[in-house]
Amino acid sequence: MSTTAIDIDREVGNFTYDIKPYRDSGFGLSEDTIHYISDVKDDPQWVRDFRLKAYQTFLDKPMPTSWATKDLEAIDFSKIRYYLSAQAKTTRSWDEVPDDIKKTFERLGIPEQERKFLAGVEAQFDSEAVYSNVKAAVADQGVIFMGSTEALKEHPEIFRKWFGKVIPTGDNKFSALNSAVFSGGSFIYVPPGVKVKHPLQAYFRINSENFGQFERTLIIVDEGAELTYMEGCTAPKFTTATLHSAVVELVAMKGAKIQYITVQNWSSNVFNLVTKRGIAHEDAEVKWIDCNIGSRLTMKYPGVVMKGRRARGEVISIALANDGQHQDTGAKMVHAADETTSNVISKSISVGKGRATYRGLVHIPKHLKGCKNNTECDALLINTTSRTDTYPAITVRGTGNTTQHEASVSQVSAEQIFYMQQRGLTEGQAMSLSVNGFVNDLVRQFPMEYSVELKRLIDMEMEGSVG
Amino acid sequence: MLTQTPEADLGNMASLLETPFIDPTAPEWLQNLRQQAWTDFQNTPAPGRKDEAWRFANLKMLELGQFQPASKISPDAKSGILARSTGLTSIAGRLVFANGLLLARQDISNELQSKGVRFLTFDEAIVAIPELVQQHFMSQRVALGSARLAALHKAKVSTGTVIHVPKNVEVALPLEIFHWLDGQNSTVFPHTLIILGDNAKLTVLEHYQSTNTQAEGLAVAVNDLILGPGANLTYVSIQNWSETARSFQINSTELARDARATNMVVNLGSTYARYESASRMRGPGGRSDMLAVNVASNHQEFDQRTLQDHAQPNCVSDLLYKNALSDFSRSIFAGLIKVEELSHKTDAYQKVRNLLLSDDAEANSMPGLEILADDVRCSHGATSGQLEKDEIFYLLSRGIPEPQARRLLVVGFLNEAIARLGNEDIEQHLNALIAAKSAA
Repeated sequence: MSTTAIDIDREVGNFTYDIKPYRDSGFGLSEDTIHYISDVKDDPQWVRDFRLKAYQTFLDKPMPTSWATKDLEAIDFSKIRYYLSAQAKTTRSWDEVPDDIKKTFERLGIPEQERKFLAGVEAQFDSEAVYSNVKAAVADQGVIFMGSTEALKEHPEIFRKWFGKVIPTGDNKFSALNSAVFSGGSFIYVPPGVKVKHPLQAYFRINSENFGQFERTLIIVDEGAELTYMEGCTAPKFTTATLHSAVVELVAMKGAKIQYITVQNWSSNVFNLVTKRGIAHEDAEVKWIDCNIGSRLTMKYPGVVMKGRRARGEVISIALANDGQHQDTGAKMVHAADETTSNVISKSISVGKGRATYRGLVHIPKHLKGCKNNTECDALLINTTSRTDTYPAITVRGTGNTTQHEASVSQVSAEQIFYMQQRGLTEGQAMSLSVNGFVNDLVRQFPMEYSVELKRLIDMEMEGSVG
Repeated sequence: MLTQTPEADLGNMASLLETPFIDPTAPEWLQNLRQQAWTDFQNTPAPGRKDEAWRFANLKMLELGQFQPASKISPDAKSGILARSTGLTSIAGRLVFANGLLLARQDISNELQSKGVRFLTFDEAIVAIPELVQQHFMSQRVALGSARLAALHKAKVSTGTVIHVPKNVEVALPLEIFHWLDGQNSTVFPHTLIILGDNAKLTVLEHYQSTNTQAEGLAVAVNDLILGPGANLTYVSIQNWSETARSFQINSTELARDARATNMVVNLGSTYARYESASRMRGPGGRSDMLAVNVASNHQEFDQRTLQDHAQPNCVSDLLYKNALSDFSRSIFAGLIKVEELSHKTDAYQKVRNLLLSDDAEANSMPGLEILADDVRCSHGATSGQLEKDEIFYLLSRGIPEPQARRLLVVGFLNEAIARLGNEDIEQHLNALIAAKSAA
């Protein structure tokens, strides 16, 4: 294979508009920053205390460089802006959204027509939701879909019970950081038996240089209810590092189903350090569909804690690492009840000098019966300089449980490329087609709009990878 | 025939962890090495809870304060040891060590000696083949976590085995080495250095055993296997210390071009047995087979870390580790296939299979890959499961009682690895040992 790196058109999504921030907490992090955020957001006292305690935990926790990449040391916490709001209040209708922000969304390619497929659009611009419109039908069913700040104020009886419970503040350094400075993100509650027909969607976007985004998402789907949630992001390119550190907590009550879909396409200067975890109660199902294409370093291991009998956890993961990128992704499956099953399928593609890492954890403790885990990781290497790693950790106790883990590393077969070339395709097209074929069975699991977008993104990334 | 050897001195080993081992009669280079190793041992911090190389391990097992240098073997014990130092029926030579001293030997034939084959103790080797020993003695980097214990071994080791098979010489029958641990809280440092010249061929079987099944003890063993171009080595070590002993074994294999190594470890004894095995491809065309058969019961913990280092193109490595876990036993497997830049046409495979035979047994698997070249075929698999109900039922229906049916299935499970040795004598010997442990 050729040794040349891929030349990607980094200009796609590389645009920025001059928008005056409404509020600004300045650079760096201290207790004052936390008080400032709490003041601006008019947090209840318990939220303020929660933030301050989390800030302490953040300071106490070491960087996880004992196992993770040393690249983390490049993050300078004093050069990050922790809070910024384009508008003080969330707008309710599209007309109220400022024109320049609308323009940004247009460039992002969220056509107005597409919105009719979506039950509601929650567009996050910088740290506040600027546009929030849950379709009447969904609201009528009793679904609550709002920003985290509002939700903690308006519905504490629903959200406080689970807030910070799926992912405790001290889970890791970055979940602690998020707990201290979170702003934005979605809170969703689906009442018992309600099956939300259309996926709910939020587009996230970082727009100010050096600005870290710390959304907090909590989704509670009550007994027998179902929800699909989609999250996608692109960001303009900047010269200095940007930190994105979200916390996403999912709670699937008895018999509930949650599907959480992410397409991550931050620009290649973003550190994307995200903690995502779901709890699945009896007969419930939590499924993460996760696709990572952008960012400089992504560390993200969506997890499912299977707490009730017959609960099910699934992670479908696609990662594409190009020059200068490290996609460190994976899954955590914690079995905590009998007859729980989990499935992890991960496919990664390393291009140029890109590095893709799979890191997984499967835990089946003592005296559980009938638990099953299946893990498959396949890595595709495009160039000689590409790199891939696999680091799973599997713990199984007792009889009556089975786990299997399989991983393979390969490259695109020369015969395949040759065959397609003699049918008239260029080498680049053939390569693109092969790579799309490699991930096709996973891409098909995405909703239609996403799978089209994904195919386009992969084609774009593969441009010029050969020759 | 086994010939007893005159008693040697244990040397100045007044304290295991506090004082260095000083032997003024040793050659200067060795004295310097020991001195440096002692400094390294003292300066290397003990592994901590956050140390990835010790993830899941019981770090209490690294507190070694209770252990003492081994003392001399009593004449009574000696005769017992010699009677029990039997392994295979036909062998080319044998060395028997107890508490770190050579007790008896069966020399290799005059024919092999005339071909230049050396089967020596460490102290003989530093006189007979000083350059070879100096070149290879613990020359490999300890990459899998036990650098501190390796330094202790290097500082304290006084005896061991050095085998050299010169170019184009094939030794048809296996060589056997026995290491015995005797007395409460005794410590031994079994050392094995095997050097094969171009196209040389050899099979070595090493036994680690305790005289007393109740005595606590400590063994820190190092096996360095150096294969020249085209050389072929089969090395089997059987860790069967008492179930109260602690065992640390650091194994490294270095393969020159077109060399072929088959390296098997069998773990039966010890309350905690740590085994680190690194296989390094130093030339193209090599093949390394890494095999393990582990039968754990009671509260035994077998902690195994492996590295398949593909530093050169066109090499094959194939790892198969099998764990049968009963009672409260635990296994840890952490393996890494590392394909370095430009090591194309690498074909690497790694598989760990855990058979959980009780509700309290635990298997931890961490199969890892680090691939920095693209034209490679690498894969790994890790499975954990239990005996198939249908298989037990079938055997029961044929009139085989359940305990025996289970034993048969376990032996069958482990045999996949043993059969890869392709040596019937060794297979029989190992199967007998496994059957003896399973029946206990």
